[in-house]
Amino acid sequence: MVENRPILNFVTHAVLILGVLFLCFPVWMALVASTHGPDALSKSPIPLWFGGQGWDNYTQLLSAGLPAAGGVPIGMMMLNSLIMALVITFGKIAISIISAYAIVYFRFPFRMAFFWMIFLTLMLPVEVRILPTFDVVTKLGMLNTYAGLTIPLIASATATFLFRQFFLTIPDELVEAARIDRAGPVRFFIDILLPMSRTNIAALFIILFIYGWNQYLWPLLVTTDEALYTVVMGIQRMVNSGESLPVWHFVMGTAVLGMIPPVVVVVAMQKLFVKGLVESEK
Amino acid sequence: MQKRVIFRSKSLPYLLVLPQIVITLVFFFWPSYQALESSFFIEDAFGFSREWVGLRNYAELFADPGYLRSFRTTLIFGLSVAALALGMSLGLAVAANRVLRAAQVYRTLLIWPYAVAPALAGVIWYFLMNPSMGIVAYWLEGLGVEWNHYVNGDQALLLVVVAAAWKQVSYNFLFFLAGLQSIPKSLIEAAAIDRAGPIRRFWTITLPLLSPTTFFLLVVNLVYAFFDTFALIHATTEGGPADATSVLVFRVYNTGFIGQDYGSSAAQSVILMALVMGMTFIQFRYVERKVNY
Repeated sequence: MVENRPILNFVTHAVLILGVLFLCFPVWMALVASTHGPDALSKSPIPLWFGGQGWDNYTQLLSAGLPAAGGVPIGMMMLNSLIMALVITFGKIAISIISAYAIVYFRFPFRMAFFWMIFLTLMLPVEVRILPTFDVVTKLGMLNTYAGLTIPLIASATATFLFRQFFLTIPDELVEAARIDRAGPVRFFIDILLPMSRTNIAALFIILFIYGWNQYLWPLLVTTDEALYTVVMGIQRMVNSGESLPVWHFVMGTAVLGMIPPVVVVVAMQKLFVKGLVESEK
Repeated sequence: MQKRVIFRSKSLPYLLVLPQIVITLVFFFWPSYQALESSFFIEDAFGFSREWVGLRNYAELFADPGYLRSFRTTLIFGLSVAALALGMSLGLAVAANRVLRAAQVYRTLLIWPYAVAPALAGVIWYFLMNPSMGIVAYWLEGLGVEWNHYVNGDQALLLVVVAAAWKQVSYNFLFFLAGLQSIPKSLIEAAAIDRAGPIRRFWTITLPLLSPTTFFLLVVNLVYAFFDTFALIHATTEGGPADATSVLVFRVYNTGFIGQDYGSSAAQSVILMALVMGMTFIQFRYVERKVNY
């Protein structure tokens, strides 16, 4: 701080507190609503403090689900989300780190062509090529499978770039030393490069886990089988469940359950998260 | 671009890039090619026959007032989300950069919404603003505002703008904070010695030095608003009422899956791809410049 100005200090804290309120209030209301029964939420104004139904609501959601939304227990949806997020995350990291390794440490025909092919995928998000991608997955018979849910999302230009960038900063002497010790490329990768990439992998893991967990459109298209629903996408069935009004205490409970895992990951590993976010955008 | 010291192997590098390239070819290039191809055909509803129509799908799109309105809606939506999210996060970042006490606590409380899925953010705001029992709608009524996003298209659009911006504030905040922390302290101190007050210093030093960050964030926010908010809109307003929140990505989905009009949906996909390519290009041009700074 350059100078001390009490009024400015006051304004600073006021701005921050207002910001925190704006960001936290919606989730506070979701938490509160999920602990009430349907009666408390049927008339305005709804309560701003917790009710006594929380335990009942959450146990019913986790184990039995909602009849209006196909009766799939949210616990199962969360398991599906977890499987999807983890497969996507590990898949992306695995195939990106080896392709970045090939592009940085080898010289071979079409190297740059491959690099640009990977780069171009940045420009083709699922949202803009929905129908043909769905067609391809149908032709391959991957509808309603975990493979269909995850494999099409595994290619990653961002992760490849991040690893490439990082590999370029590793001193050449390491490779020379490894070669003098007669270590081949595979040995070098496993014994030297992988351990050195640990922080990068961890930071990327957080970003990609959130990405995978929060997928919406893709599970919506690929899964018609309720046993494969994910929580982020399943909530839509409860909100827009046709003629009946949404059961808000259950909808909010599901929203809370659906955001707990990624939020916990971000808060618990804040430093790595910030590093991953800032670096993967470069 | 590449290492001076490398390994020699004929087949290993191909093996290493193989998984990534196969997935890219099958799930990115093939569908994109198909989109391009079928945008030049009109297919019957059962997919039995199709007819080459050249650019007719495109011509029809640009003659369709609904599609043009969708363009407008997308633009208004994108710019509002970007303006709201950037404005709020800049204010918060400047404040957080100044504060000494409880800085870590503030930061934690400000960044977690990044992890909330856009669909969930949308559903929660949908609940808060619900005309019959939403608490925010109730407060607005107290202020004399008649809120009903089921009927009023502008209010529905405002609802999705607020929800989308709410989720994006954390992201922008982190980048602005990083940008602020990289501004040399000596510049600010020199200006203070010359008796420039905090507001003057913000406009003449901080903001200009932040402009690369701001520009980068503007592009990222627009991309987010144009493409990632599909979930938010689909889970809440479903494009309604009366198409008021039907942005371009939502329309691609609607035309293709609900309307079953493959040719038109494909043409819309191609237009969107061109849009993403343009924006990615701008983003990378900027990054190049930042490197040479």
